[in-house]
Amino acid sequence: MDFDVSEEQGLLRDSVERTLADAYPSLETRQARIAAPLGFSEEGWASLAELGVLGLPFAEADGGFGGGPVETMIVMEAIGRTLAVEPYLASAVLGGTALRLGADADQRARLLPGVIDGSLRLALAQTERQSRYDLNDVATTARRAGDGYVLDGQKCVVLNADSAGLLVVSARSAGERRDPHGIGLFLVPADAAGLSVQPYPTQDGGRAAEVSLSGVEVGADAVLGDAQDGLPLLARVVEHGIAALAAEAVGSMEALHALTVEYLKTRKQFGVPVGSFQALQHRAVDMMIALEQARSMALYAAMMVEAPDAAERAAAISSVKVQVNKACRLVGQEAVQLHGGIGMTLEYVGAHHFKRLAMIEYQLGDTPHHLRRVVDAGGLIAA
Amino acid sequence: MDLRFTPEEVAFRDAVRSFCRSEIPAEIRRKVSEGRGLTKDDIVASQRILNAKGWAVPHWPREWGGQDWTPIQRYIYTEELLQAAVPLPQQFNCYMFGPVLATFGSDAQKERFLRRAANLDDWWCQGFSEPGAGSDLASLKTRAVRDGDHYVVDGQKTWTTLGQHADWIFCLVRTDPEAKKQRGISFLLIDMTSPGVTVRPILTLEGRHEVNEVFFDSVRVPVENLVGEENRGWDYAKFLLANERTGIARIGLTKERIARIKRLAKEMPAGDGTMWDDPAFRTRIAEVEIELKALEITQMRVAARQGRADSTQPDPASSLLKIRGSQLQQAATELLVELAGPFALAAPERGAGANDLPGGFDWVDAAAPSYFNNRKVSIYGGSNEIQHNVIAKGVLGL
Ligand SMILES: Cc1cc2nc3c(=O)[nH]c(=O)nc-3n(C[C@H](O)[C@H](O)[C@H](O)COP(=O)(O)OP(=O)(O)OC[C@H]3O[C@@H](n4cnc5c(N)ncnc54)[C@H](O)[C@@H]3O)c2cc1C
Repeated sequence: MDFDVSEEQGLLRDSVERTLADAYPSLETRQARIAAPLGFSEEGWASLAELGVLGLPFAEADGGFGGGPVETMIVMEAIGRTLAVEPYLASAVLGGTALRLGADADQRARLLPGVIDGSLRLALAQTERQSRYDLNDVATTARRAGDGYVLDGQKCVVLNADSAGLLVVSARSAGERRDPHGIGLFLVPADAAGLSVQPYPTQDGGRAAEVSLSGVEVGADAVLGDAQDGLPLLARVVEHGIAALAAEAVGSMEALHALTVEYLKTRKQFGVPVGSFQALQHRAVDMMIALEQARSMALYAAMMVEAPDAAERAAAISSVKVQVNKACRLVGQEAVQLHGGIGMTLEYVGAHHFKRLAMIEYQLGDTPHHLRRVVDAGGLIAA
Repeated sequence: MDLRFTPEEVAFRDAVRSFCRSEIPAEIRRKVSEGRGLTKDDIVASQRILNAKGWAVPHWPREWGGQDWTPIQRYIYTEELLQAAVPLPQQFNCYMFGPVLATFGSDAQKERFLRRAANLDDWWCQGFSEPGAGSDLASLKTRAVRDGDHYVVDGQKTWTTLGQHADWIFCLVRTDPEAKKQRGISFLLIDMTSPGVTVRPILTLEGRHEVNEVFFDSVRVPVENLVGEENRGWDYAKFLLANERTGIARIGLTKERIARIKRLAKEMPAGDGTMWDDPAFRTRIAEVEIELKALEITQMRVAARQGRADSTQPDPASSLLKIRGSQLQQAATELLVELAGPFALAAPERGAGANDLPGGFDWVDAAAPSYFNNRKVSIYGGSNEIQHNVIAKGVLGL
């Protein structure tokens, strides 16, 4: 048992934090980045590539840095703290994990250099109109045609699809709509004929899109892993996404809690700092407890996301999301309340943390969804 | 960073686990698991088995029976005892009196008391709280006035846990009424058989005799029973309270309770099946389990940090552990009452024969008492409100 980061991990943390702090000196810079055509700055993305963090999780043999879940956690925490809007989650974590775990040698050789140097961005097109958070609920079809497949269907709220060069699309090559079997992950270039992407901003300063596929033809080399047995791969991608979101949430909550405590010390009413009121002190403590419990769960996610037993891993990661979701809500809401009116304004950076935290709850599974999964697994403690 | 136990830690865990299950009498462990009261003999027997193994006071200095364990090992040890429903070593002897005496006592006092305390040859109780001094402990009034080579003690302590079993009581007494609150307090060891000591029982919610009032009427206490320096008792008390708070999360205890609730739920009829088939009930269990998992990792983070930090300095995170840990202990007892359902009301005389068991269930009558009794865990050892104050001031700087 050892909770210390290694020396290299410490260096990574320092450099990522420094880079992002420099890139996001103020709320105005963030707003300017959000206003750019793709919703972030290409320059910012390039600086992440320069830092090497885009290649972090890939094996050294593939040109990556051989990092693991702890390294991803470090980057995501820094992203959360600074509210960075670069599509690290969409591209490096979700898309990247799909390639890392699903791509064969040819696909890796063809795609990873671009992913690592930042010239190729990825997005995961998975959610559908009816699917909510069920990964097995896939109506989009992949019909066999010659060596390849023809894809038809609609994907919703695809994170950063408008800036991706390559989409990872879940589609059904066999079975009924909710059948766990018969699902594959397909690589679809953004410029493929029949693919249309309708982008929009998200509530938290990010970007997403509706993606429609109409007779999109892809070759045999577009299949990640098995065209009919891709659900376990998709599940693992989402698990890595949840671990990353947990770390992002911890970074954001930490920043928001610090802002709140600072405000309690400086804001005066009735002739005293409002932080001298015990009612508020205790609420600030409850925020801290929620934050620390979430931090423990982000660590737990980093530990469990590579665990070999799929059922144990799934229950663990779902429990992480439940705990983190609850913390996001408590810390976010209390921060706004403890700030009073200023917490309600877009001029205040804390408000943007609140919005990001509120939306994390609904990414990759909300509280009832993951709680149900923990319940169905029989819980965490053996009877 | 590696969040798994090392192979050595796993081996240690397995050794503690098998010892607990094979050496501590099943009857004692059953009583603990069911939340029924233990007799003095149960507690003494269990502690002596641990002590014979060298495991009653592992956190004490080596020369007095301690072990050179890492904080992680200590954590594993405590959790394994709790999960096996082994009574923890008598807390006043092992977690309060012993560490204070080993740190601040004279050599003669250590020789006289420590080994006996570890083996529970002497039973110690804690005389801190008074009717007028609870959270504001330093306002205590019990007085000790020097008279030759004795102190003469007058006053009253209250909430004295298991004082009815005690041979000795360690007390905070006021030795300088002129000094500022914290300054005039001393730490005094008083023989419970001394003339002038009276113990009166207080029954707690579940009806058991767990706490007492202790009255001192001109009790003569030899000066040699003063620990450390006169009027420095508050420092020793602070040291003691910090010790009291470590391990207070009792993760293993809640785990054991949850595991038991799950087993019982599978046998408790409801609708066409059992309570285990009720998604609402299972969801409430899962919510406690998830929060508990987070606390378990938090506890390990604290333990890992203790490995490096100056161990006499309490980690402020221990307040967090106390708050959440007590809430989860209580939540588990609530789930058990919920599981007992209508049978929770029944309070039959025990030993009257199986026919009297409500619904034929042999555990339901202990559910509500356990829930009642566990309301204490957010009150003693520094109430949860006080723990909030500690974090607000000590960590957040408010
Ligand atoms: C079952 C049990 C066993 C015990 N065993 C022992 C023992 O063996 N030896 C011993 O010495 N003591 C023992 N205690 C006493 C225990 O330590 C005290 O009960 C505790 O310190 C609280 O004091 P009090 O009961 O006087 O409550 P009070 O201090 O009067 O508190 C009343 C309420 O006010 C709140 N409160 C008080 N101060 C503040 C503040 N500053 N800010 C916010 N809220 C505040 C409290 O949290 C509580 O909710 C035991 C208590 C119980 C219940």
